[in-house]
Amino acid sequence: MMDKKDYRGVFVFVEQRNKEIQNVSLELIGIGKELAENLNQKVTAVLLGNEVKEIEKLGYYGADNIIYAEDEELDIYMTEPYTKVLKEVIEDKKPEIVLFGATAIGRDVAPRLAGRIHTGLTADCTKLEINEDNNDLMMTRPAFGGNIMATIECPDHRPQMATVRPGVMKKADKDTTKRVEIEKFSVKIEEKDKTYEILEVVEEKTNKIDIQEANILVSGGRGVGNPDNFKLLEDTAQILGGVVSSSRAAVDSDWMPKEVQVGQTGKTVRPDLYIACGISGAIQHLAGMEESEFIVAVNKDETAPIFEASDVGIVGDLNKVLPALNQELKKLKEEKEAL
Amino acid sequence: MKIIVCIKQVPDTTEVRLNPETGTLIREGVPSIINPDDKCGLEAALVLKDKYDAHVTVLTMGPTQADFALKEALAMGADEAILMTDRAFAGADTWATSLTLAKALEKMEYDLIIAGRQAIDGDTAQVGPELAEHLKIPHVSYVEALEKGDDSSLILKRKFEDGYHKVKVKMPCLITTLSEMNKPRYMKVGLVFDAHREKEIKKLTFDDLDINKEEIGLKGSPTKVKKSFTKGAKTAGKVYKDLDEKEAAKLIVEKLKEKFII
Repeated sequence: MMDKKDYRGVFVFVEQRNKEIQNVSLELIGIGKELAENLNQKVTAVLLGNEVKEIEKLGYYGADNIIYAEDEELDIYMTEPYTKVLKEVIEDKKPEIVLFGATAIGRDVAPRLAGRIHTGLTADCTKLEINEDNNDLMMTRPAFGGNIMATIECPDHRPQMATVRPGVMKKADKDTTKRVEIEKFSVKIEEKDKTYEILEVVEEKTNKIDIQEANILVSGGRGVGNPDNFKLLEDTAQILGGVVSSSRAAVDSDWMPKEVQVGQTGKTVRPDLYIACGISGAIQHLAGMEESEFIVAVNKDETAPIFEASDVGIVGDLNKVLPALNQELKKLKEEKEAL
Repeated sequence: MKIIVCIKQVPDTTEVRLNPETGTLIREGVPSIINPDDKCGLEAALVLKDKYDAHVTVLTMGPTQADFALKEALAMGADEAILMTDRAFAGADTWATSLTLAKALEKMEYDLIIAGRQAIDGDTAQVGPELAEHLKIPHVSYVEALEKGDDSSLILKRKFEDGYHKVKVKMPCLITTLSEMNKPRYMKVGLVFDAHREKEIKKLTFDDLDINKEEIGLKGSPTKVKKSFTKGAKTAGKVYKDLDEKEAAKLIVEKLKEKFII
């Protein structure tokens, strides 16, 4: 029988793609550090890859230790080699908590690993805290498409494992003076570990900026009416230095591409400013944007639920309000430039 | 080629509403559907049936009413349907669910198991990979396109955030499918009749599986729900109803200045 006391430390699985450490991992180190401080333990970044760039970043954003399994076979993600190495790391180091990004990689390796080491895994957590009574991890996540929240614990199995969507947790402040030693973890990937063969790696580069990286989002929904009207939103975004995003309705109508969709089935965003135009505010949408710092909503329907989540709500026709807003913003910009 | 498609009957969460007074879920009148990712997995299996004469079995675990989802699958063209239903299965998390499914599947013949990437009521995307792990077979998740390779392999398009991998996997294996991959067919009238009158849905209960009660259901679940609650609405800001567009534009600009956003 496993003894919970043998398990110590918060581990973060660091995701790299094309040798670059992904933002979600830095966010996880941020929350991992908070949890570790609460437990009087350390946060360790666990990196799998080959010739990964800027590893020191992991320390800058709060990692106390770095474990690096470097091998050519770990350069590109594959399910079995990653599962095997992570299992070895966990068996060797016995962490109390392991966090993964809820990404196409994290959501593949974490359940395979949880199945193998017989422990619980909680998906897409939006809040992680330590239970003061027993030091267990309390993992809160949405269910029913964001309609209800559930707090989940994993009382009798270790490690306690969770995935967290990108954009949900905040990175810690960057400290470039922090130096962390890198512990190499030796691995041996065999032919039999490659349970499938990668024939081709295809990158689909989009020129669009990632909506999760934008500080200002101008977002449109069904109320925008047609794809041409998105031009108004683009103008607003351009003046403000932001990016256009959308609700699911606009994606389902083929007005906007899937990668700019905000919400439960799209992306979670937390910009400084979110302007919701013609978005009714279904719970699934709110789940993806309600953490935004400041929310402005423009909608014809005064009963639209988006108004309950917004800081400033304008009941009106966006086809009139946006052109007027764009004019005001331009005027202000010109005044500023004239100074 | 024998394919087993794992499906889940789910409430149509896009139809779930909150009671604004009590903050609780209004579940009455919410229709039950085949989970969208699973339905696309079924469609992918039926395409293989059309092309290569594959044999398609649908499997679900749930309450007895879940047979309705199986009948829909039969009416779409599946050959056989199995319902796993027992009180001992109830309350299971993804670990216990996948183990229970594995215990049924290990007694069945298959080349390919298809599961939807995730269910819209839980959104975990965990049961597929965990099931493959219990069965000790390879899995490929986030599959966006599928074609048959040589006799015993599949060529798959495995989606990532920034592109995809084209991979070759040998059967037997498990894949999880994305709803972007296809548009599921409608039920066929003749098959609807068969599904309800002719075809029998096979039932599996706890006694049919070689498993201990402690390993499954609520007891066998490593994770426990401590509490569940509806999200309290954020304190609403001010809503302005009677401004013309110029006034509205000025107001927004003022507020953005106040907050130092512009």
